[in-house]
Amino acid sequence: MKSVYLMAAVLLSAPALALDEPRTPLSDPLQSGMWSYHQKNLLGDPEKIEFDDRVIVSAPASAEDSFNVPVLVDATALEDVQQMVFLVDYGPIPKILTYWPEQAEPKISFRFKIDQATPVRAAVQTGDGVWHIGSTVIDAAGGGCSAPAAAYASDDWEEHLGKVYGRVWPDRGRVRMVVDHPMDTGLADGIPIFIIEDLELANEATKEKLARLELYEPVNEDPAFTFYFPDGALGSEVRVEGRDNNGNEIDALISAVVSQ
Amino acid sequence: MVCAPSAAVFAAPKKAYDLSPVQVADGLWMIEGSTEYFTSENGGAIVNCALIETGTGIVIVDTGPSRRYGEALLEVARGLNGRGVTAIVITHHHPDHFFGNQVFGATPIHALPETRALAASEGDGFADNMYRLLGDWMRGTEPVPPNADIASSLLEIGGRTFQTLPLSGHTGADLALLDQKTGTLIAGDLAFLNRAPTTPHADLDAWRAALSTLEGIDAAAILPGHGPLDRSGQSLTQTRAYLDWLEATLEDAALEGLDMVEIMASELPPEFAGMGAMPQEFHRSVAHLYPQIEREALPLGN
Repeated sequence: MKSVYLMAAVLLSAPALALDEPRTPLSDPLQSGMWSYHQKNLLGDPEKIEFDDRVIVSAPASAEDSFNVPVLVDATALEDVQQMVFLVDYGPIPKILTYWPEQAEPKISFRFKIDQATPVRAAVQTGDGVWHIGSTVIDAAGGGCSAPAAAYASDDWEEHLGKVYGRVWPDRGRVRMVVDHPMDTGLADGIPIFIIEDLELANEATKEKLARLELYEPVNEDPAFTFYFPDGALGSEVRVEGRDNNGNEIDALISAVVSQ
Repeated sequence: MVCAPSAAVFAAPKKAYDLSPVQVADGLWMIEGSTEYFTSENGGAIVNCALIETGTGIVIVDTGPSRRYGEALLEVARGLNGRGVTAIVITHHHPDHFFGNQVFGATPIHALPETRALAASEGDGFADNMYRLLGDWMRGTEPVPPNADIASSLLEIGGRTFQTLPLSGHTGADLALLDQKTGTLIAGDLAFLNRAPTTPHADLDAWRAALSTLEGIDAAAILPGHGPLDRSGQSLTQTRAYLDWLEATLEDAALEGLDMVEIMASELPPEFAGMGAMPQEFHRSVAHLYPQIEREALPLGN
């Protein structure tokens, strides 16, 4: 389907007539062949959209481990961020993650599975409806999306399912956590999609919602995140709740005190 | 270089390795690799190889990153001794150390049993990555695992005897070889000098134990896997210091809740910043080691 769209874009040389042309055509600094397609289909063809250097996407230039590519996105230079959508131009499943920072800073670290060399995008929507796009390129040997989870090499992976390892640093406005889950993409032979779909962070003392995430298949096995908060936003305990697509619930309390 | 005009239009000159053997002990030559990371300029000639004269010909230790490199190595060996190559020894299963094997036909290629198994199971995956990194240098290269087990503590070839040290830590099986005639220790990638150690299959505790074993040998000289010949034992102390620093840095980062990208952005201490292949190897090591280290550092929340 994608290739049909692209073919159409090439054949119809007048830009206004191209089936693929977004409402607001942009000049992609990376000149990727897939960007306008994603702008239209994954971001809903917004009218107000721009590439913006204030959205900083940091990642290694080359993926050492195709199953665990780290990315840090920082949009703290923008005011009033509503949501952050992370995606790749090239890969069988382009959408990685959507983040609603709510009480958190518009900044997050995560890892994902890469299938080939590709631009990585952060699309950040502010309260005025404008989408601000930041990018980087990651080179990769590939294959990260179509292999079985490493967890299946051990017999006891089910006992670990949904375990949350994490810690809160209230003074530094930081939460780090790793959630045990195979995050099967559905692309490995005979293994259906099995992924965490939602995660939510709340202040355990006040019950106030802190931040929310929607995860897609490319998020790495045993997803790992750092969340960043402004001064005073965090208490000493954070409740983490979530659910996977098989209905397994995740519920954990992570705290500032290291329990030994 | 003179090319036939018709050929020059279509074919770029073939990239060639320029291997210069340097004699470092009696009947023992070293080919010293670049201390860089793999690039399409260096063709993967980043590894050290040893050539050792015996009564039946040359023993080669490690065969380099490609078929073309293996061919160049064979030429060097024939230049040193008219009998050519009598045997090969492979220190471990990383591609820059054994991808020249296919050139040597039916010659015995000795390695630890686990090295043979790892070369067989991981060779094709390595090849994919090496073709991606090196391009045309790799043309025609196919991984050929070693074909003979090293199963005793002494290896005798053509009247020359080597003590074999079956160790691990850099990978699951690392062979060090002590030439009894000259006291030269061929350490493989258990020892690096002025080049950042690599960790894709590392077990840091096992690696440190292996370094202790090597430190206990009174070697006349150490031929590290990467970097210049070492006559002072500095390759062992430097490799240990780097592994200790690397582990402590990652453990500290886990206690601070840092993400891998944040760690990669941190500045290297001066003693390690100047090593070859930095900061790439540090970045690679963060990717190899941090997930496990941080997992052990973070408390369970449910």
